[in-house]
Parts: sequence; C-alpha cells; structure tokens
Amino acid sequence: MGSQGGFYQSKEFLDLVKSIGEARSKAEEDRIVLSEIETLKRRISEPDIPKRKMKEYILRLVYIEMLGHDASFGYIHAVKMTHDDSLLVKRTGYLAVTLFLNEDHDLIILIVNTIQKDLKSDNYLVVCAALNAVCKLINEETIPAVLPQVVELLGHPKEAVRKKAIMALHRFYQKSPSSVSHLISNFRKRLCDNDPGVMGATLCPFFDLIAQDVNSYKDLVISFVSILKQVAERRLSKAYDYHQMPAPFIQIKLLKILALLGSGDKQASETMYTVVGDIFRKRDSSSNIGNAVLYECICCVSSIYPNTKLLDSAADAISRFLKSDSHNLKYMGIDALGRLIKISPEIAEQHQLAVIDCLEDPNDTLKRKTFELLYKMTKSTNVEVIVDRMIDYMISINDNHYKTEIASRCVELAEQFAPSNQWFIQTMNKVFEHAGDLVNIKVAHNLMRLIAEGFGEDGDNADSKLRSSAVESYLHILGEPKLPSVFLQVICWVLGEYGTADGMFSASDVTGKLCDVAEACSSNETVKAYAVTALMKIYAFEIAAGRKVDMLPECQSLMEELLASHSTDLQQRAYELQAVIGLDVHAVECIMPPDASCEDIEVDQGFSFLDGYIQEAIEKGAQPYIPESERSGLLNMGKFRNQDHHESSHGLRFEAYELPMPAVQSRIPQALIPSTEMVPVPEPMYPRETDQTPVSPIPSNPSNAGSAELKLRLDEVQQKWGRPTYTPETSTSNSTSQKSVNGASAVNSTREAYASRKPQVEISHEKQKLAASLFGGSSKPEKRPATGHKVSKASSHMVEKSHVPNSSMEVAPEKAAPAQPPPDLLDLGEPTATSTAPSLDPFKQLEGLLDTTQDALAANSATTASRSPDVMALLYADTPIGIHNKDDADLLSGLSNPSVTHMAGATARSRLSQSSSKGSNPKDSLEKDALVRQMGVNPSSQNPNMFKDLLG
Amino acid sequence: MGIRFILMVNKQGQTRLAQYYEWLTLEERRALEGEIVRKCLARNEQQCSFVEHRNYKIVYRRYASLFFLVGVDNEENELAILEFIHLLVETMDRHFGNVCELDIMFHLEKAHFMLEEMVMNGSVVETSKANILSPIQLMEKAS
Repeated sequence: MGSQGGFYQSKEFLDLVKSIGEARSKAEEDRIVLSEIETLKRRISEPDIPKRKMKEYILRLVYIEMLGHDASFGYIHAVKMTHDDSLLVKRTGYLAVTLFLNEDHDLIILIVNTIQKDLKSDNYLVVCAALNAVCKLINEETIPAVLPQVVELLGHPKEAVRKKAIMALHRFYQKSPSSVSHLISNFRKRLCDNDPGVMGATLCPFFDLIAQDVNSYKDLVISFVSILKQVAERRLSKAYDYHQMPAPFIQIKLLKILALLGSGDKQASETMYTVVGDIFRKRDSSSNIGNAVLYECICCVSSIYPNTKLLDSAADAISRFLKSDSHNLKYMGIDALGRLIKISPEIAEQHQLAVIDCLEDPNDTLKRKTFELLYKMTKSTNVEVIVDRMIDYMISINDNHYKTEIASRCVELAEQFAPSNQWFIQTMNKVFEHAGDLVNIKVAHNLMRLIAEGFGEDGDNADSKLRSSAVESYLHILGEPKLPSVFLQVICWVLGEYGTADGMFSASDVTGKLCDVAEACSSNETVKAYAVTALMKIYAFEIAAGRKVDMLPECQSLMEELLASHSTDLQQRAYELQAVIGLDVHAVECIMPPDASCEDIEVDQGFSFLDGYIQEAIEKGAQPYIPESERSGLLNMGKFRNQDHHESSHGLRFEAYELPMPAVQSRIPQALIPSTEMVPVPEPMYPRETDQTPVSPIPSNPSNAGSAELKLRLDEVQQKWGRPTYTPETSTSNSTSQKSVNGASAVNSTREAYASRKPQVEISHEKQKLAASLFGGSSKPEKRPATGHKVSKASSHMVEKSHVPNSSMEVAPEKAAPAQPPPDLLDLGEPTATSTAPSLDPFKQLEGLLDTTQDALAANSATTASRSPDVMALLYADTPIGIHNKDDADLLSGLSNPSVTHMAGATARSRLSQSSSKGSNPKDSLEKDALVRQMGVNPSSQNPNMFKDLLG
Repeated sequence: MGIRFILMVNKQGQTRLAQYYEWLTLEERRALEGEIVRKCLARNEQQCSFVEHRNYKIVYRRYASLFFLVGVDNEENELAILEFIHLLVETMDRHFGNVCELDIMFHLEKAHFMLEEMVMNGSVVETSKANILSPIQLMEKAS
C-alpha cells in the first residue's frame, strides 16, 4: 500500500465527521446520518471499490450504528473485509464485525473460517486480531471449531498472542465451562509465564474459576501470594507502573483472588497476612490508584480470616477515606466500612459522625451507599432512626428501581427489629403509602398475617391492641387520595376482620369507609373484591352479635351495581353477601366465625359427612359415583369400541393400541390423577368451606377417602379463610391495573421531626443526637470533642464545599504529571517518542521478561524523587540498542515489509501525519491544525470544544 | 465480568465511541446511552464520580469536552476503574499528542484498537502503554 497509508482519510470522510461534530441537535445529527445511510447504500455495493475506500465505508457504518441507526445493509461488507490481506483492513473488518454482530448472528458462520485461517497466520498481529474476534464472536457451538488452535497458541513465542489466547479460553469458560474443563492445567501453566502481561491476564480466568470452586485452587495460594509480593516489591517491568505504583491493576486482581481463597480458611489466610500488611505499609494515599489498591486491601482483609493487626490497618485506612474531602474516597470509605463491620462492628462507632455527614450529603450516590451501610448495621436499638431515614429518602426519590429496593429493605428491617407493634404498623403504613405498588405482594400478605397472628409474645391482649391500632390508623389513612392498590387490599382485609372487633368503631363507620374504597377503585376489581368480602364479614359479625343489620344506602347501591357486574368474581361475592345477610344467627356464626382467620381449617377430603346423604340418594335409585379416572376410562373404551367399528370399514387396525389404555389407567392410584380434568358439577353449597368457592367439588366415594383429587379446589377455599399470607389473590380479575404511586403528600409526625430544617448550629446538635441513636453505644467523652469539631465543620460547611472542586482539579494534573510531563519536557522528549518509541516498545515486553527474572534490577526500581526524568530514562535508556535493530527487522518481516528500518519508520510516520494524524510535537500539532482548518473545521467554528486537549 | 461497556460522550451528549462487552440490541443501547448521559452530564464536578444506574454502576470522568463513562458491575473497584479511564486517556495522548475529541472522531478505529488491547472479556488485561500502542504503531508503519 506504500505511502498512501491505511489510516488515510478522504475529504468525504473528514466532512462527514466534521458535520457530525458540529451538529447542534440530535435531530440534525439524525438527518446527517440518514442521508449518510442513503449514500452508503448506493455506494457500498458498487463493484471494485478500492480497499482503503471500503475501509472508510465500513468506518462510516460504525458511525451510523454508534449514533443509533441501523447499518445492517452493510454488515456483509464488513464480513468480507475480514478476508483482506492487509492487516489494517482486516483488523478494521474484525472490529466492525465485533461491533455489529452478536455471537448468534447468521453471518458469524462466514467468519469462523476466516478466523481459523488467521489463527494459523505467520504474522502474530493477524493472529492477535483473530483472537480478539474469537473473544467476541465465538459462541458455544463454534467453540470446538477454534479450540485446538487457541490451545496451541498458548505456546506461541509472542507474549501478546499468549495473552490473547488465554483470554479466548477465558471467554470459552464464560460461555460454556465444560468446553474448557480439561484445559485448566493450561491456565496454571500460564500463571508462571515469564511475561507479566500474560501472567496478569491469566488472573482473569482464575478469578472466575476460584469464585466457582475455591477448594480446587487452595494449592495456588502460595503462588498468588508470592506473585503479589514480587509485584509489590517492584520486580515487574516499569512499563506496568502507573503513577509510581507497581502494576496496580495486577495487585488489585491478586487481592481479589486472595480474598476469595482466604475466606473462612485460617491456614490460607495466615500465608497472606505478611504481604497484605506490607501493601498497607507501603500505601500511597496521595493518589487515586494508591487508594484503589488500599481499598482492595481492606476488602481482602474483611473477607479472609480476621487478623487484628490487619484489621487495625484497615480501620485506619477507612478513617482516612472518610475524612477525605473527595466524595469518591468517602464513597469508598463507606463501602469499605460496610464490609469491615461484619467482622468488627465496633469500628462503626468511631466513624459515626462521618457516616452521618455522608447521609446528609446532597450527593445521591454517597447517600445511597450510606443507606446500604446503615442497612448492614441495623440493630433493635437503632432500627427506628434508620428506617425512618430510609422512608424519608424513599419518599424523596423518583427512581422506581431504587425505591423498590429501599422499600423492601425497610420492610425487612421493620419485621426483624420492630421495637413495638404500633411502630411496626405505622412504618408499614408509610412504606405502603409511598411505595405500595412497588412492593412485592408477598409483603402485603405478610403484613396481614402478622396482624392476624400477632407477634405471639405478649399474649392476646397485645395482639388485640395491635389490631385496634391498625384499624384506627387505616380508617384514618383511608382519607388520603390515591392509595396504592396493594395497600388498599391490606386495609380492606384488616377492616373486614377486625374493623368492629374492639367496639371502638361502629359497623356503619367501617362499612361506609369500605364502600368509599370500592367506589374510588371502580377500575380495580381486586380491591373491590377485597372490599366486598370485608363488608360481608362485618355484616356477618353484626348478625352473629345479635345486632340488626342496617345496610347503608351507598352500600346497597354498591351491591346492586355488583350484582350485575361483568366480573363473575365480584358478582358472586355480591350474591354471597346478599345470601349471608338473609341467614339466621346460627348459620352465620358457622359461616363466619369472628377472628378465625388464623384457625386451621380441617378439611375432610373424603367428604365423609356426606355419606348419609349419598346413601340416601343411592337408595332412591341414584347412580353410584364413579371416580373420574374410571369414567374417562370407560369413555375411552367406548370410543375405542366405536372406532373399532370404523376400523373395520377403513381397514385400520387399532387392536395394538387398545390394550394398554385401561391397563395403565387401572394401575395408577386414583389419588395421583390430577384433578384438573375434573368436571365441575353444580351442587348445593355447603357451609363454611364451599360458600366461597365458585366451583363446588364433587362428592366422592368413601372409598376414595384421602384422595388428593380435590386438593386444588380446597386450596382455593383456603385462600379465603386460611392464612392469607400464603394465598395469592383468587379473583381472576386483573390486579395489574393499578394506579401509579406518587408522592402523595401525606405528612407524618415522625417524619416531620426530621424533615423540619433547623438552623445550622442546631443541626450539629441534631447530628449528634442522630449519631447517638444510630450508633447507640458510643461513649460520652468521645462524643463531646467530636461535637465541637462538628460545630466548626458545620459553620465552615460552605467554605469546605467551595474547596472541593479545587482539590479535585488539583489531583488530575498532578497525576498526569509523570506520564505527561510539562510542555517543555515533552518538547524535548517527544521527537524520540514519536519516531523511536514505536519500534522500541515491543521490546519493553522483553525487558519485562528480564526484569522479572533478574532480581538485581529490583534495586534499580527504587522510587526516585524526580519523577518524569526517571520515567523517561527508563523508557529510552534501558533498551539495549543492539538487540533492538535485529528484532525490529524480525518484527517487520512479519508484516511483509522487511526493508523498513527504524528511521524509515520515523519518516513514514511524519509523512503520515501530513495526511491525517497530528503528532505530539509542535510541528505535527500545527500540521494537524492546518489540515482540519483546511477541511473547514476550526476552533472558532461551531464546536470549538472538539479541539480542546483532553489532558490539558 | 467487571466492565460492561465503555462510552465516550461529549458535553452535548453525542456519542463519540461506544464499546459493549455484553450484547445489547441497537434499541437497548440507544435507550441506555440516553439514560446514562442524561444522568451523568447533569452532575457537577464536586459530585461523586460514581452513579448507580439500573444494575450497573457508572464510573465517569470528564476531560475537557469529553466524558468517559464506564459501566461496571457491583464487584468492581470503582477507584481503579476511574484510574483505568485516566490510563486510557494518557495512552491516547501518547499516541495522538495532545489528544482531543476530534482525534478520536477522525481515528475511531485506532481508539477502538487501543481498547481492544486494554480490555478483553470485560477485564483489564493490559496496562503497559508500550504494549497497548505497539500493534497500532506497527500497523501504521506497515501500511
């Protein structure tokens, strides 16, 4: 291809990019992309497109998809491009294919063959490109097609290939663990690879493997520990350093692995203590990356078998995080604290005020993290404060995903630690009121069960108090508009069961409210059904108590409406209600015994109580009951016989099929025959069990006693009268037509206390109180000074805030410094970087190899105070020039361009920069600017931001 | 699988690079990017660089006009991801020299190649700038 360069870009492409870059709105961008789609559709299928043109088309397709439009018309061309001989074109083809296609796409089959061929290539860069594609495109079915070749590549002389081959195996493991289960030894082998890059990559599959099965890898603890030790002691190549930190990403991965291996294993953990302690000691808490490693250490310490010394170090690191001004570090600190308190709960007390600060922080992410922490440290002593806080927060957010989560956490905590029934009911009310339709229906059932069964501790008296308070609060809450459906169901049920139980409220009060509910929820049949049943219960209790039932006029009109309802369920309930009201005291008591929701209903599955009735009927000449199975058997027999007749005329032979049927039937115990085939037969209703069921069971023979046939039906009975907890709503009506929850602005007195904003000085007092209630145990003397500190902090709150941006700004340039030295330095250094570095760099890998093997070099790596010169020196001085040229030629021969030397490379690069890229020296930058100005893109045009140096 | 996706989005919310490590359809991507961009771009500098979204955690960092957003799962070390972003920018800066948004737009494939070297299967596999850039430089030279 010569000097044209594969990265060459046409004016057309630059124009496209320019217009996309300058698009003012999404609509404008869409217009540009749509016209681009039209252009490409026409152009891309023209014959004989030069390949660099085609590469550009494919990139334009990538743009189209990236901006959210469909480019499937060009997929096939991307696939074709993977066949190309030119490495750059091929790799761009692979890139496009991995971006466009998922592993199950039809076109993949066309690529597998190319991948197979490329995996065998002599050019290691082609092999690497193919391995990249393998990781993205190979699915479970195509693994066998490439597996042998990938395994072979694990022994490739080039470390880059070994690394990617390992990752390909890792991918196969993720896709189908069984496909590589026989190859685990290869991972172990590559863990000892003398290239740190390959070793580092191997940690990825090991993390997954160990997470699945810790015990098979316990023998590797020592290896991991010794690798971590070497990394921490700077035995790896400097190329892996990041901001003076030796290979931090490898350290982090190793710490994650050790955390898994040491969890609950004292012996394994003991071998880790020294190295983890060393890392703590060497900490560099001035940089983000240092803190990232530190955080991982804390995670490791809190996962492995506890060691006091390490726990102290961890606690110390956490307190630094929490005291930091950076929100990021605070976040990490809160997270780490949440991990550590599982082992040493007392540590939370030290940081109580910091935690409260985070809780009150306007930053949402931090707040959530803090709630997570609070959730973990909830006890019966602080549950009230924590749950109240959570509910306040829940009310304040709109994110349904998180609302659901926090609601279920509130419920969980309330159930676990509730200090009093009253509080529990009120808390649940709040949760339901504000997140009702987001909570799981089981939670509602659970609440009903709790109210019905009571807490069981303080006897009946406490239980009835609980119920009274529930009834009272519900009657009060019903005044609120737009209550969630789930909550209304609970309310109806509780009012029905216990509304009039303590005599505080009259039947007409309660029934009036229930009618209101039914009317307000005209579209929600589930709630209506609950309301009607509740009405029935109340009237029944009235009758049972010997009082005269006066149906309210609104109730009567409701009944009239429901008697004609389209919903059979509602209609039936209405008829039942009507029937119950007409019954006498005795009958009603049998149907609806008061407060019987917790009583187990004994079900006589054999219906022995019907024996007399049956006997009578049979004596009168009725047919004896034939169990369904036999009936259907007979039926089938009949059919077969009929068919037999047919058969003779058609000449078909059925004998072979006829025999097994009855034989099988008779062998199956009747009890096992599913009841679903049962044909419902209308029968007179029987009290108690059956009056709620839409379908009454068929009385069976006494001989069938114990048959499970009727189980399903009886379950339905239980749903009404058994424990409500376990019963899904019986009604067939759609319970999903629910009103969305919103910030129904019910104000609660408890909440008010917290919500009310107080002057700042008082906040610190409040905070202190909050701390005391959250962390309870904290001793007075400790609190005092802290309060003083708090006051000053609160008053300087504003000042502090204005500091934050500064400090975070400061961090970035400081970090950029080592790798990206100040401009003057760069100007000196960069010419070398652009021209020689490219050819130099591959040997850094070699260097790495030397570095790991030669311990002597470790001395070399001791940190020097002068940062950037050190880095430079190591980058450019260390490389032995002799090997360099020879190997360079070697490398390039792989690219079928052996004549390109070092310097030629440099010139090629600068020539290249004329056409497209800018180099990093001033001249190149100028050229770049000139070029883009020529294209009409310039800093003064619509989007000057595009020119801003990212690191500037 | 730690990293689920990497996005580069400019201040106007226009996508400049998108790489996913789990398959999402075009519509899913569009929706996700829209939601995330709305969420992250609205935040100010002082706020925490981590945002929870659906079941992802987004770690983001802003460089001049460009936001780098990395979606990770719960087990990931957020600070390390934040530094990974910086490493990526440093690497691009070494290659392009004073890298700016336009460099990424004009050389989208190169930016992708760098990512391909750095991240595989959603894990960071290479952090040596020399190793990341050498294949790209060799390709440049060969063509």
